Amino acid sequence: MDDRVPPANGAALQALCPDSLTFRVDSPLALAMESGATLSPVTIAYQTYGALNAGKSNALLICHALTGDQHVGNLHPVTGRGGWWETMVGPGRPFDTDRFFIICANVLGGCMGSTGPVSLNPDTGEPYGLDFPVVTIADMVRAQALLIDHLGIDTLFCVAGGSMGGMQVLQWASAYPQRVFAALPIATSARHSSQNIAFHEVGRQAIMADPDWRGGRYLTEHTLPSKGLAVARMAAHITYLSDSALHRRFGRNLQDRVARTFSFDADFQVESYLRHQGRIFVERFDPNSYLYLTRAMDYFDLAADFGGSLVNAFRGSPTRFCVVSFTSDWLFPTSDSRAIVRALNAGAASVSFVEIETDRGHDAFLLDIPELIETTRGFIDAAARARGLA
Amino acid sequence: MTLARVLDARRVDLLRVTEMVTPGSRVLDVGCGDGELLRLLAEERNVDGRGIELSQQGVNDCVAKGLSVIQGDADADLDDYPDDAFDFVILSQTLQATRQPRRVLENLLRIGRRAIVSVPNFGHWSVRVQLVLRGRMPVTEQLNHSWYDTPNIHFCTITDFIGLAKEIGAVIDRSVALDQQGGQLSAMWPKWTWNLVGEQAIFLLHRGSRGNAGAAGAETSARIAG
Repeated sequence: MDDRVPPANGAALQALCPDSLTFRVDSPLALAMESGATLSPVTIAYQTYGALNAGKSNALLICHALTGDQHVGNLHPVTGRGGWWETMVGPGRPFDTDRFFIICANVLGGCMGSTGPVSLNPDTGEPYGLDFPVVTIADMVRAQALLIDHLGIDTLFCVAGGSMGGMQVLQWASAYPQRVFAALPIATSARHSSQNIAFHEVGRQAIMADPDWRGGRYLTEHTLPSKGLAVARMAAHITYLSDSALHRRFGRNLQDRVARTFSFDADFQVESYLRHQGRIFVERFDPNSYLYLTRAMDYFDLAADFGGSLVNAFRGSPTRFCVVSFTSDWLFPTSDSRAIVRALNAGAASVSFVEIETDRGHDAFLLDIPELIETTRGFIDAAARARGLA
Repeated sequence: MTLARVLDARRVDLLRVTEMVTPGSRVLDVGCGDGELLRLLAEERNVDGRGIELSQQGVNDCVAKGLSVIQGDADADLDDYPDDAFDFVILSQTLQATRQPRRVLENLLRIGRRAIVSVPNFGHWSVRVQLVLRGRMPVTEQLNHSWYDTPNIHFCTITDFIGLAKEIGAVIDRSVALDQQGGQLSAMWPKWTWNLVGEQAIFLLHRGSRGNAGAAGAETSARIAG
């Protein structure tokens, strides 16, 4: 791995000067955060696709996952690759840009233009680093709600997302039930499990153990804990796949060699693949952002905000839900989705629940899986009919 | 287009069920299969319909068609729903496949203001003939499983079902028996004739004033109001 990546990498540039629309809230006490801190100013970087109709009834908010961003349906400004959910977003796709006004915002604490640890602290003129207040899923959603207000939208037709995006969907539906007509949480949970917190802690420790992290002040000191972040990504990436998917793709195959080298080179294809994943991640993501966003997921426990009852989080909800899980997802297993469905049933909410058979693990929600596409299309089209959107 | 044409002739019971549902009501279809009844109810009765289906494939097909359906089973998942969550809870040709039919029926009456239950009649003459004269477990056109691979573990007759309804204090508001061709048997006929020639029966019920108190069955007798 190249540890001489310049600090002003693509991620840092996008954080300060994004290739996106931005919305800035300057008023004092712009955002009261769950930790008790307040944040001002707050910038939200976002992308939109399609057109808002006259009744402003066709807005569909997509919430991105941990390492995703607002570039859901266009070329990524850093990687040059296609949007991260192009299987879903576009003309004639389930999130049909011919019919819906699609919004995707970089989360608070992110590094693609929304206010986060890379942003300049107005008190010091330097990047926040660890002086940035700890962000929660509820904070992210509150910031998104400010954006939705700014766009003049009262009720969102649908809020959709997978993984950490799914957590935001649940938070939206719980915090703003009257503003969410339909909700599509995919491969997610109403609370982050102990095992998942454990994996996140490994990733954070890898970053913080890198001497170039400098107590979070690497931008000021012109270093970058790229090795730590790459290791964090490698560990996390394993959790996004499955044993059988890894085996099918790599087996015990050797990488560009015919025999073992009896060294610690990347002999195996799977090692080479993981190192590559770590390397390219560093080019587009900020290490401190990774700390903050994993923390936000760890802190997510929707029931805890309702006296330990997930039922109360959704009681009397007018929102139509469709919960989706994947059989081989061991990061957010089907049992997590079932817990959401049970709570919605107990609250007499409208809910569909689909478990999709696949061996592609947690990342299945990002992939071109026909059953996921058809489920989403069926749910969105039915909701659109109920909403009076042709 | 007549309704009969859109339906499999063997599921003419779905038409009779549909007739019992008030337009615009909230409906839960337990064991909704591929969603045929939910679609019919949405089209004909404009209901707010939900479904529970055991087979995940069935669920996925339903959701892809835009229906609100979850994977689950009548024995395990009805407990989650609050009282009076629905105007109608429908259990169509499924009671005989549940592990605890009595508990399921009590749950239907608890979570729905009305329950609609259709059951295949194990008292039908052809069933009786097979068991009595041939000494074999009956296999009919409708109940077409052998004893060793049938999902139907709790068969009952029309008379048995009325007895269970009485035992748990349910009130039968309406009942319909259908013959093998889907023809409706006269409501004027005595119930023992239904039990002999009815292939299936459909009941519209609600819980009696004594709730689910099964022991109080003597006082809360099941009434049949044709």
